[in-house]
Amino acid sequence: MRNTLYIPLQPWPTLGVVAVLALLPLAAATLGQPFYVVFATRVLIYALIATSLNLLIGYGGMVSFGHAAFVGAGAYTVAMLMPAGVASAWLLWPAALLAGAGFAFLVGAVSLRTRGVYFIMITLAFAQMAYYLVLSLRVLGSDDGLTLGNRPSLGLVDLNRDTTFYYAALAVLLAALAGMRALLNAPLGRALHGIRDNETRMEAIGFATYRLKLLVFVIAGAAAGLGGGLLVSLNGLVGPNLLNWTQSGVLMIMVILGGAGRLLGGALGAVLLLVVEEAIAEHTIHWPLVIGVVLLAVVLFAPQGLSGLMRRRA
Amino acid sequence: MTMLSVRGLHKHFGGVLAVDDVGLELAEGELHAVIGPNGAGKTTLVHLLSGALKPDAGVIVLDGRDVTRLAMHRRVRLGLARSYQITSVFPHFTVLENLALAVQGATGHDDRDRARAELGAVGLGARADDLAGALAHGERRRLELGLALSTGAPLLLLDEPMAGMGPEETARIVDLLSALKRKRTILLVEHDMDAVFRLADRITTLVDGRVIASGTPDEIRRHPEVRRAYLGEDGPR
Repeated sequence: MRNTLYIPLQPWPTLGVVAVLALLPLAAATLGQPFYVVFATRVLIYALIATSLNLLIGYGGMVSFGHAAFVGAGAYTVAMLMPAGVASAWLLWPAALLAGAGFAFLVGAVSLRTRGVYFIMITLAFAQMAYYLVLSLRVLGSDDGLTLGNRPSLGLVDLNRDTTFYYAALAVLLAALAGMRALLNAPLGRALHGIRDNETRMEAIGFATYRLKLLVFVIAGAAAGLGGGLLVSLNGLVGPNLLNWTQSGVLMIMVILGGAGRLLGGALGAVLLLVVEEAIAEHTIHWPLVIGVVLLAVVLFAPQGLSGLMRRRA
Repeated sequence: MTMLSVRGLHKHFGGVLAVDDVGLELAEGELHAVIGPNGAGKTTLVHLLSGALKPDAGVIVLDGRDVTRLAMHRRVRLGLARSYQITSVFPHFTVLENLALAVQGATGHDDRDRARAELGAVGLGARADDLAGALAHGERRRLELGLALSTGAPLLLLDEPMAGMGPEETARIVDLLSALKRKRTILLVEHDMDAVFRLADRITTLVDGRVIASGTPDEIRRHPEVRRAYLGEDGPR
């Protein structure tokens, strides 16, 4: 029978992309541009975070405007635990994941009782509350943020080497994408599609839609928290701006650029936005204007984003 | 055995009393029709019974269990499902996927075989792999019905299943409901009086949110108040 919602695995393109990503540090070293390894790692982490937001916006129809708060929850958890003597990434990163999940549970439990524009506004309000809380707490460094001396340790591999960290981030992103594909192809994924299509009818055929949406909200928050934990581990510092509403906006733009409701939409959007930013920012301080024009073009001419365009070609 | 028992149901919207002290008894296997003019509160009654709305007062007992305050999805799992007057399907799912979703929702299991059986019951076998959004009106109405059927609920609340249908499609639905009779308990809200008098075991008439008469089709046909308020003096005899 036809299975319209099934996301197939395309083995050769997938292998190709993974191979390119795996060889990227080698290429950067050969070209004598090791700086790009750190940049590429940042792109991978943002790809993870944007992917988690895409799960909410693109698949769940939950337009969350407060996703930066979950990133911040994960980042500050790592930044608090490391000075307290926790050095292992095996503890720090799961802690960041749990912090994102826990905060998402609290925000989701309240926000998901509303719909539409109210949902957008209430998630924004929660995120701004978190932002001002961080800003006002001395233990969290107020507006200076927190600085870490070292990167976490990951057993035998040394995360202080940029290339190693890159591979760790790549592994996390690939695992997250595989997990998201599995989730969307499972009965839970079909239920999520159904909620986006017709939520009232979903209740009328027996689905506990509120609980399902909350579950997905928590999963997305967990991935965002993990992303925040990776980000602070990479940079060695975190500031309150990571939680500001503009960050939530940037994540949303990534999802729209890449293609909401496409498996790779969040990841492609993160790559596009950060690469464009990196390429133009050296030449002009007005680079957000360029992003704005690109966004406008995507919304007008390619409403399914970059991944929609690529699919049409294929 | 009583499948559904409703007592003293009230619901008002602002100053309008949409449902006013309504009581109902549905025996297991009964097909009970609810008729009445537009604005009589029939759809509000379906909303109250299904859990889409909460009543201001009254008790709803399903199969011996008080469900008055339960959420809609809990009632479905306890065996009460509804269909909608305005077609409400999943346009981006295929016809079979629509039904499979209803099976999954009500039972928690992804059982395609059961969905396929209901597909045949509503006569959409040839359309299994087409998107629900691409169906013609009559087919969408049958899919609407199929969603309620696929929950497997023993009690169905059907809100105007023949709305907007031509005579041919209406006859199909009448046949379908005749086949369902005795297998499921059905509360049927419908304006097509030929269909109602042909199918119903008992009929309740609502006017301005109140029950003005309840009885067998013969009793309702002869009821002077029903004739005056709804059927008209030259209505079915």
